[in-house]
Formats: sequence, structure tokens, C-alpha cells
Amino acid sequence: MDNTIDARGLSCPQPVLITIEQIKKMGKGRIEVLVDTDTSKENVARAAESQGWHIENIEPDGIGYKIIISKE
Amino acid sequence: MVQIKSFFATRWGIVSVGAFIGIFAALLQKLGNPGNMGICVACMERDVAGAIGLHRAAVVQYMRPEIIGFVLGALLAAYLFREFRPRAGSASIVRFFLGVFAMIGALVFLGCPWRALLRLAGGDANAILGLAGLIGGIWIGVLFLKGGYNLGRSSQTHSSAGWLLPLMMAGFLVLMLIFPQIEGEERSGILFYSVKGPGAMHAPLFISLIVGIAVGFFAQRSRFCTMGAFRDLILFRQTHLFLGVLSLLIFAFGTNLILGQFNMGFTGQPVAHTMHVWNFGGMLLAGLAFALAGGCPGRQLFLSGEGDGDAAVFVLGMIVGAAFSHNFGLASSPAGVGPHGVAAVIIGILVCLFIGFTMREKSA
Repeated sequence: MDNTIDARGLSCPQPVLITIEQIKKMGKGRIEVLVDTDTSKENVARAAESQGWHIENIEPDGIGYKIIISKE
Repeated sequence: MVQIKSFFATRWGIVSVGAFIGIFAALLQKLGNPGNMGICVACMERDVAGAIGLHRAAVVQYMRPEIIGFVLGALLAAYLFREFRPRAGSASIVRFFLGVFAMIGALVFLGCPWRALLRLAGGDANAILGLAGLIGGIWIGVLFLKGGYNLGRSSQTHSSAGWLLPLMMAGFLVLMLIFPQIEGEERSGILFYSVKGPGAMHAPLFISLIVGIAVGFFAQRSRFCTMGAFRDLILFRQTHLFLGVLSLLIFAFGTNLILGQFNMGFTGQPVAHTMHVWNFGGMLLAGLAFALAGGCPGRQLFLSGEGDGDAAVFVLGMIVGAAFSHNFGLASSPAGVGPHGVAAVIIGILVCLFIGFTMREKSA
């Protein structure tokens, strides 16, 4: 099951809050998170890892980044 | 660049930045800043408001170069590491009022979260009440966040829009150089200076400026935030930012011990009062306002430096809030809370609750 979260333009801690919400809802799978600042990129990656998810890839996307996280 | 970039995002990165701030804040006191006020974003923005005459409290007027440095240092870091992102438009008017009331609350306690930590590190036990209030306010903010509180998205804007607050700060620095302090004079050109009181106590201009720029630079890199530290701990059980705050406290304490600046007790503390309920209440208001705005006053300055126009509006709100605080008798003094301080804290909490309860927006 794939999912995309658009956290662009949201201020701290919303990107982390909605990412964790999605992680808890799905339990496992693959999520794409779009963010527009480096702070959000670091925070989302840190939060995902703390939830036991794996950071598959972080790539530039527009002015921000696309973070792909997953759990088997 | 990549190496440094990753270092500041690590546990040791945030701990180093907290240590740097703690040590240099204590040193700034040694060099002339007021007691337990090596760095205080609220007090220093209040002094800036006094320097430009927005309030006329004679003892707190000084164009603090640290504040200017925080924004310019963050701007420098943001450009060097390609993180300058001009953005604005996330309920700016709400952020303005949160800034106003955050300042009103902070000035009832007499300090921002940074100063609360520095006061504790200097032995001022009143800071315990302030920190308890701060945590209480943030905890209420977390309840709102869990309930769906959200100020909505910002959007990308012109680079020049992101430059406005840094330019204002650069302009303040220029004014300070054109109209330098004159010994014993309350005024130099258009700027106001304090002849006595905390506003008259300051480290040499260029030392303050350089330390400010360095703190702004490192804090932008590490995302240091005192409100975020407690919020993330309560909301996510995450300790990352909290380690930075703990580091600031420990290193400021150690430096104070070495410099002979540690003096434990409730009474006779510099720029502090002992009205426990209002030390708590003032910071409860401030903590709630910071949590609703998404950052402590320092963080808002660093965000302003990286182009966040909404954070810049919060900063302007704080400066205007300082003017209200002193013009309306809301701010405390070592004698206790101002004549209307209690009423202002109650109104502020009601305004924050109104904002928290009514501003829920689905982020999707």
C-alpha cells in the first residue's frame, strides 16, 4: 500500500505529526512525504526512524524534498 | 559542507550548540550584560523596542546587537547551506498576536525560555516556577496540536520578502553605528539609551554582535528551540532538542561557577521578582503562545533569518508586545508584577485559548 503526504508549507511540528499519524494508521508499507524545508526533512526522517521505519530515499523535489519511508 | 550539515543534525550537534550558547551567555554577563541575562530574547527585544522609542521605560532602552546578530547569523547560515526559503502566508495576523501575548507573558516572568534556563543556571530559584509555567503552557499547546490545531500552510514568496526582517535588523545596526551611545546621555540622534538599569548594562557592541551572529549561525544549523524541546518530549517522547536545552543549562551553570556568578536563592536575584504564582502564570501564557506559534522567541528569529515571513511577523508582534507591556504597566520589575500584569496574563490566556479552540484546519 502506497501513500503520499504533502507536508509542504506546514510549520513545525505538523509535518512530523501527520507522518506519525499515517505511520500508525498503516502499521507497515511505504509512504512518500513531501516537505519544503530542511528542518522538516530532518524532523520527518528522525521521527520515522524512531517509529522503526526505514528511510529508503530522500531526493530533491521542487524547492523541497521527497522522503520515502517504508516498513516491511 | 555535507559533513557539517549532518553533524548539526546529530545528537552531538545539538548538544554542542546548547553548550556554546550556555558558555557564551554566561561570558556576556561577565562582559557587561545584566545578571542572568547574557542572552534573553524577550528582554533584548524589549530593549530594542525601548531604543526606538516604542515604549519610554528609561531603564530598558538599548539596541541589543545580539538580536541583530541572531537574524543575520541565521541568514548567513541559510545562504551558505542553501536553506534560504522565502515563505509567508500562514495566518500572519494570528502569529502577530501570539507574539504580542508571548512577550506580555514573558515580561511578567521577566525572561524568555533561554533566560529562564540562564536564571536557573545562575541559582535563581524563581526560574523553577517560570520553567514549570513554560512546560504547563506547552503542554496545553500540545493538547491543541493533538486536537487538530493548525494555522495552515505558508507558500513560497519573493526572496526580497524573506529579506525584509534581516534588512530591518541590518538597518538597526546602521542606526546604532550612526548614533552610538554617548556616556551619560539618554539619547543619541533618534535612538534612546538607558543611563541606568538593565538597559545600561551591556557587553561591548562588537562582542555582542559577533556572539549573536555565531549563535544565529549555529542555531539555524541545529534548529535549536527551547519550546520545541519540551513539546517534542511531551508530544513524541523525542529527546533530540531537549538534549540541547539540557546542555545549555549545564554549561551555563558550569561557566557561572567558574566565573563566580552562581548565587542560589529566591530573593535578591538580578532582574527577578518572587511572586511565584505570576512567575508561573506569565510563563504559562508565554509557553502556550510559543507552542501555538511553533517556536520559542529565539527560533522565531532564526526562522526569520532563513526567509520565514510568518516568523518575522511573530518577532514584530513581540516587539510591539514589549511596547504594550511597558506603556500599560504590564511588565514586572524586581518589586513584583506591574499594576495591570495580572489582568494582561488572564486576557492573554483567553486569547490563546480562543485561537487554539477555533483554528483547526485539516492539513490535507
